[in-house]
Amino acid sequence: MAQYLMSVLTEDPGLATDDEMAAIDVFNDKMRADGHWVFAGGLASPGSATVVDSRDAQPVFTDGPYVETKEFVIGLWIVEAPHLDAALRLAAEGSKACNRRIELRPFL
Amino acid sequence: MTGLDEVITQVHREEWARVVATLARRLGDLDIAEEMAAEAFATAVERWPADGVPPNPGAWLTTTAHRKAVDRLRREVKREDKHREALMLADTPQPLGAIDDDRLRLVFTCCHPALAMEARIALTLRMVGGLTVPEIARAFLVEEAAMSRRITRAKEKIKAARIPYGVPFRDDLPARVTGVLTVLYLIFNEGYLSSTPGKDPVRGDLTAEAVRLTRLVHALLPADGEVTGLLALMLLTDARRTARVSATGELVSLDEQDRGGWDGTLIAEGHALVRERLAAGEAPGRYQILAAINAVHTDTRDIRDTDWSQIVALYDQLVRLDPSPIVRLNRAIAVAELDGPQVALAEVEGLPLSAYHAFHATRAELLRRMGRSAEAREAYARAIELSGNSGETAYLIRRRDQLAG
Repeated sequence: MAQYLMSVLTEDPGLATDDEMAAIDVFNDKMRADGHWVFAGGLASPGSATVVDSRDAQPVFTDGPYVETKEFVIGLWIVEAPHLDAALRLAAEGSKACNRRIELRPFL
Repeated sequence: MTGLDEVITQVHREEWARVVATLARRLGDLDIAEEMAAEAFATAVERWPADGVPPNPGAWLTTTAHRKAVDRLRREVKREDKHREALMLADTPQPLGAIDDDRLRLVFTCCHPALAMEARIALTLRMVGGLTVPEIARAFLVEEAAMSRRITRAKEKIKAARIPYGVPFRDDLPARVTGVLTVLYLIFNEGYLSSTPGKDPVRGDLTAEAVRLTRLVHALLPADGEVTGLLALMLLTDARRTARVSATGELVSLDEQDRGGWDGTLIAEGHALVRERLAAGEAPGRYQILAAINAVHTDTRDIRDTDWSQIVALYDQLVRLDPSPIVRLNRAIAVAELDGPQVALAEVEGLPLSAYHAFHATRAELLRRMGRSAEAREAYARAIELSGNSGETAYLIRRRDQLAG
């Protein structure tokens, strides 16, 4: 089994609608039942991010995301799947449920 | 070429995919499989002249390659245990569908939709076709180092993302087969109308490779109508390859071709495949329709006997499946023969294809037939500007220069 990160991409900082939330719940339940579920969570908008750098002795805190992009990550799933074909299916279902694009990326 | 060289070349052509595919399944690693297969063939070149060709060359090669892989694994295990883990993927997927052939797994892995199209083409030619990296680089006019990186990157993604070495899920199968056929058709088309300036206008090495790969996929999926359709389409197109270029390297249009120069054997085979699909009585997909159109084209010894109404009817069927502007452009070319250039031009004008050379070439021909020379000249100029194929450019320049007034 391998683990994959499914990052939910969006240009709109708005929250998921009720319909989207309901579809996400159904998807999550199904993933748990099928043994794919590891973790899921939504994120606050990139404006709430702080960059921390303590490579040189004292930590330095910087307000905002490390890179400004039109599209950003608004949530994520970590899933378990035997191979990419299975993970692609989960990502396809997840994208439909949350009504957003998903970037699928394997963990090492 | 000596007799033995020929034998080795033929064995390479016939057995390469099987050796790579078998090893890839046993080892769970495409990279090692490819490398060891290449080493096994190098050993054959060294040993067969003295030892003679083994009775079953394919089995000999697979065994030799496998032994080399095991030796190498042992060496690497001693060096680093982690390596072994990477090489022996414990959960190499089991066959997911009904078809169980390692070469089919290899084809589906190389043509996986998670890979970029150009990577799929390069990997398929290398892993399934057995072409060397320099050969593939030359075919696509890419620097050898760049082509090598492209293939390496694709193999790394296969490993890191765990692209399975297997036949797809049953309900993904039709889409995945379509993906494989797209790769094969792109290879064929690059051979049949090279888009690379400075290359030969028609390249038999690439078309032959595409036909060979499609024959293999057809042998593995004989009941798939679209695979059969694509093979028929390639055969009926490739049959006209030599008649399609003049002695001076100019493309020869269908109406000017010497039909005696067509390859009757390929045409007969293509027609048989088209008939087989018609007899199946299933709704045809795009490749089967295109094959049927080409069957009509190759059915007569004289272009004046061509059954254009049937060709237009087939294009109507294709438009219903795929209403894209390029299909409508090709339909219009057939309409011109049936209903005249005015009707065809009305259908061509307004298609959003102003960046496509064939759109301007078609307009030019229609305008020429209608005697609108000035507009035709402009359209030829635009087509010449956009075409990257030397034979086609030569043809268009001659046609333009033949314009009256």
